[in-house]
Amino acid sequence: MTDQLVIGGHPFNSRFILGSGKFSLEIVKAVVENGGAEIVTLALRRANLGGEENILDYIPSNIRLLPNTSGARTAEEAVKIARLAREINCGNFIKVEVIRDSKYLFPDNYETIKATEILAKDGFVVMPYMYPDLNVARDLVNAGAAAVMPLAAPIGSNKGLSTRDFIEILVNEIAVPIIVDAGIGRPSQACEAMEMGVDAVMCNTAVATAKNIPLMAKAFGQAIESGRNAYLAGLGRVLTEAEASSPLTGFLED
Amino acid sequence: MAEKRTDPMAYQPGMAMITSDIRDKVLINVDNYDYSKVSARDVEEALKKDHLSMEDYGALLSPAATPYLEIMAKKAIIETRRHFGNSISLFTPLYIANYCENNCVYCGFNCKNKIRRGKLSRAEMESELEAIAKTGLTEILILTGESRHHSGVEYIGAAVKLAAEYFATVGIEIYPLNADEYAYLKKCGADFVSVYQETYNLDKYQQVHLSGPKRVFPYRFDSQERALMGGMRGVSFGALLGLDDFRKDAFATGLHAFFIQQKYPQAEIGFSTPRLRPFINNADNNPNDVHEKQLLQVMLAYRLLMPFAGITISTRERAGFRDHVIGMVATKISAGVRVGVGGHEQEEKGDEQFEISDPRSVTEVHEMIINRGLQPVYRDYIRV
Repeated sequence: MTDQLVIGGHPFNSRFILGSGKFSLEIVKAVVENGGAEIVTLALRRANLGGEENILDYIPSNIRLLPNTSGARTAEEAVKIARLAREINCGNFIKVEVIRDSKYLFPDNYETIKATEILAKDGFVVMPYMYPDLNVARDLVNAGAAAVMPLAAPIGSNKGLSTRDFIEILVNEIAVPIIVDAGIGRPSQACEAMEMGVDAVMCNTAVATAKNIPLMAKAFGQAIESGRNAYLAGLGRVLTEAEASSPLTGFLED
Repeated sequence: MAEKRTDPMAYQPGMAMITSDIRDKVLINVDNYDYSKVSARDVEEALKKDHLSMEDYGALLSPAATPYLEIMAKKAIIETRRHFGNSISLFTPLYIANYCENNCVYCGFNCKNKIRRGKLSRAEMESELEAIAKTGLTEILILTGESRHHSGVEYIGAAVKLAAEYFATVGIEIYPLNADEYAYLKKCGADFVSVYQETYNLDKYQQVHLSGPKRVFPYRFDSQERALMGGMRGVSFGALLGLDDFRKDAFATGLHAFFIQQKYPQAEIGFSTPRLRPFINNADNNPNDVHEKQLLQVMLAYRLLMPFAGITISTRERAGFRDHVIGMVATKISAGVRVGVGGHEQEEKGDEQFEISDPRSVTEVHEMIINRGLQPVYRDYIRV
C-alpha cells in the first residue's frame, strides 16, 4: 500500500512542501528536485507575469503550485489575492496567510477562518496558515479547510517545534492533514514533527539560508521521509526509569 | 534684514493635529541617551541578545561599538537573510516637480536657490513612466518639492493614478499631508510613504529649516502616523545623518519607527540613511562626521533593532559601498536614477536636488545583484 498525502482529494507522494521566496530563482528547479518536493509555495505578490525574474517561470511544470496570500492583512484582501492567483492559472490550491503584524508575522486566526470559509465555498483547496489553537483548527475544518498549517515557531526563526504540545493536540483531534509550517530550522526538527504524526512539513528559510541550498533540500526531504516511516512503524517504548524485573503486580493470583 | 522666524512648534494653517504620545516618548528617550557612557561591555551584552532594548540599541550606535562593526555585520547578515532571504528589491525615483516653499539651508531645492524649476505635465509624466516601466521595474517612488501651490495634492494624486497603471508598487516621498489627504493618495494607488525628519534635535531643526511649512517640527514628526491613519501600508523613516549629532538622530529615528510599529503592528517599516558627506582630508575632522564606517554602523543598528524592516540604500553612496551592503543589511536598492525633474525619457525640466554617486542603469544593477549571489526582485506587492 502506498503512503500518500491527500489534500482536497489530490494525492502526493512527497510530504515535503517547499517555500520558494528566499533563494535565487535559477536554483529553484535543483532545490525542488533534490528535496523531492511535489508542492511548492509561492507568494503571489512575487509573480511578475511577463516581466523580469518572474518566479512562475522557474517552477517546474509537474509541480503543484501552492500560491499564498502573503501581504493580505484582512480576510477580504486574502480572498482577492486568491482569486487573482486562480485568474493567472496558478490552480485552485491556496495557502491562506492573513497577517497584520509586521514583526513576528503571526497569522490572524480570526480573519483566516473568514477567508477560508469564503474561498472553500468558491471551490478552492484551502490550506490556512494558523496559530495552533484547537478551537480555531476545528472552525477551519468546519469552514472547509483541506488541511491546516500550524506554525512551529515564528516564521524564519528556525527555532523548531516550539508549539509541539499544541500541534500534537491537533494531530490527535483534527481529521484533515496537519502540515507544520514556519519555524522548522533543521532536518532533525522536521523529522521530529513527522515522527509525532503530522502529515507534512513546509520549509523555506532553513533551506534558503543554508550554504548549499539544494543539498539542504535533500536533507530535509530525507528527514521528512524518515520521520514518516518512523511514525508508520510505531516508535518503540520510551521509559523514564528502568523496568523492574519483578513486576509490582506479580503477586496477583486468579 | 533678517527674516522673522516663526515658532517651529506652532502649526500653520491647514495642518491637522493628531493626538499621539509618540513624539514625547521619542524625544524624552533621546534626551536621556548619553552614548559617551556606553562601555565595551554594554556593546557585548547588546550583541548577545535577540531582541534589543532601547539601551542595547543605544549601545550599538555609540562610539564604543565601533570596534565591533564586523561582529555587528555578521549578526546583521543572519537577520537580513532570515527575514528577506537573498532577495533585493529594485525601484527608481521619479521627481515630478521641484518647486519648493521651504528654506532649508542644506537642500538643493531650497526656495532661495536660483535653480531651474519645473514640473511634469500629464503627457510628460506618461512618457517618463512608460520609459521607466520599459526597464522592467515595477516599483516607483514619486517625489516632489514642497509646494502646495505648484504641486498640490490633486496634482500628486493624478501622478499617482497614472503611475499605478504602470507599476505594482507606488511610493510617495512628498511633503507631509493630513490623514485625509494620505487617504486620498492611497485611493489613487499609493501605498508607501517616506518622510524624513532630517534631525530630531529641535534646536538644530529650527536653525536649518528657516521658513516654510517644513519649519513646523511636530507636524512633520507625525507624518508617518497620519499616513497610517490614512490607510497607507508602509512608512519609511530617516534622519539626514551629519546634519546634527548623527548618533542621537539615528537613535531617535530607530525609536520613532519602533513606537510606530508598536502602535500600528500591521505597518511595514522602512529606513533610509541619507547623509551629509564630510569633506575628505579635512584636518579638523568632526567626531560627528558620518564616514562610511559610521554610516554602516547606523544601518547595522537599524537592522538589529528591527530585523524585519526594509532598509534602502541610496545612489548618494558609491557603487562599491552599495554593492556590499545589499544582502548584509540593505534590502532595497534604486537603479537608473535621475534626481532632476523627469529625465528618464525627456530632458530634465528642473535641476537636481543632490548629486548621485552611482549612475548605473537597471540592467547594470541587476547584473551586479546576480553576481553577488543575490536575487533581484522586481515585484513584491499586489495592490488589493
